[in-house]
Amino acid sequence: MKYTKDHEWLRVEGDFVVVGITEHAATQLGDVVFVELPETETMVAEGDEVCVIESVKAASDILAPIDGEIVAVNEKLVDAPGMVNEDPTGAAWFFKLKVDDLSVLDQFMDEDEYQELIG
Amino acid sequence: MADLDDGLLRLGLHDLHTELGGKMVPFAGYDMPVQYPDGVLKEHLHTRAAAGLFDVSHMGQVILRPKGSMDDLKRAFEALMPVDVLGLAEGRQRYGLFTNDQGGILDDLMFTNRGDHLYVVVNAACKAADIAHMTSGMPGVLVEPVTDRALLALQGPGAEAALEALLPGVAAMRFMDHRVIGDIWVSRSGYTGEDGFEISVPDAQAEAFARKHLAQPGVAPIGLGARDSLRLEAGLCLYGHDIDTTTSPVEANLTWALQKARRAGGDREGGYPGATRILRELADGPERHRVGLRPEGRAPMREGVELFAGDGTPVGRVTSGGFGPSVNAPIAMGYVARAHAAIGTQLMGEVRGKRLPVTVTELPFQPTTYKR
Repeated sequence: MKYTKDHEWLRVEGDFVVVGITEHAATQLGDVVFVELPETETMVAEGDEVCVIESVKAASDILAPIDGEIVAVNEKLVDAPGMVNEDPTGAAWFFKLKVDDLSVLDQFMDEDEYQELIG
Repeated sequence: MADLDDGLLRLGLHDLHTELGGKMVPFAGYDMPVQYPDGVLKEHLHTRAAAGLFDVSHMGQVILRPKGSMDDLKRAFEALMPVDVLGLAEGRQRYGLFTNDQGGILDDLMFTNRGDHLYVVVNAACKAADIAHMTSGMPGVLVEPVTDRALLALQGPGAEAALEALLPGVAAMRFMDHRVIGDIWVSRSGYTGEDGFEISVPDAQAEAFARKHLAQPGVAPIGLGARDSLRLEAGLCLYGHDIDTTTSPVEANLTWALQKARRAGGDREGGYPGATRILRELADGPERHRVGLRPEGRAPMREGVELFAGDGTPVGRVTSGGFGPSVNAPIAMGYVARAHAAIGTQLMGEVRGKRLPVTVTELPFQPTTYKR
């Protein structure tokens, strides 16, 4: 698992990169009540706003951590947004990206570095 | 209350909040618990199912004493509000509103007739201005800010049993009754739509008193986050958001708070700031109304969301909005032009550039359970 400074996690699954938010981010957001997912088969660039999360407190965006094509989204989150709080790093993944070269993940933090960031 | 290094005021129960795991945030100049480890959603649902204890000591408690007669004091207070003060019986509390000359709302408040004086509770963010307004507006009245008492709210279906165990006799109180029990002041009221009590207690006893509450079965500490979602479901206004100096009480759908005595044909018609506009709006209807709003999808429509009629005409704006945990759906309140304010009217709300359907609905969203 790799981590971004925006508190997203990235996990390689075959040829794809699965993206979600960290437990720290889920805790900070509070109870999630709404999730808006991107269309599949769309190309996104690093930094694009691809998902919206609304908690009881506020709305926030999930940014594409890398360039790629959205090949799958987790539709379960639409009906059960609370999954983001219950299992942020497992069942509550947001989308899967197809990328040209998995080595782009090397730039991101590993577990220890991320733990140090959120300290 | 002491100043923190960051300039925020610290509540008397600050240490208890941090011990309970409260997440402290700045609110109206105070360092306040927005939530405890359970989080807003669970705290909200717990209050509706059992009982929640809120620290609202940031609110302004004020005693009004007459320099002359109580009758003069009540008349002076009536000159600041479109509300019947003279008709309020001893031991009863009532909702009030300070208006300005344009008929806008300076603050909303609760006041209680305690026989030889009035007890008033105003919003934290307005209290300095309110005290100045009352002092200059009522020269024959002593305006005494109460600075040595905490204010707690115990709300929910379990509130009666919990407080009865600590202060026997309170179960007999009805909604908006007020009692002085030793040096504790109890009102049967609140800001959640639930039955419950607001309890003023001397600072020196406050922590022990709060701990006794929390030791009662079913009582949990509740933060400001759930306080906001509870009052929104109950259709109650938040000053500075749903009402302010630009909104009149009639526009704000608070006509229930304007008793007959102060209306056209009443014994003491008019005679408060903004009476011309308020009486006109009571007679002819206001240009816009505060209404309930139910977004059709799951996306919350928050404060500031612009509202449009089906043909794209702008018709209003959301003033409070979010997710209602008990109704399990997004809910909002806002102001809508008269022609589009009827219950059932379909409007569009613009969220992140997309116009999404929203329906004008009755308030409250959640039935209230006051013990009348």
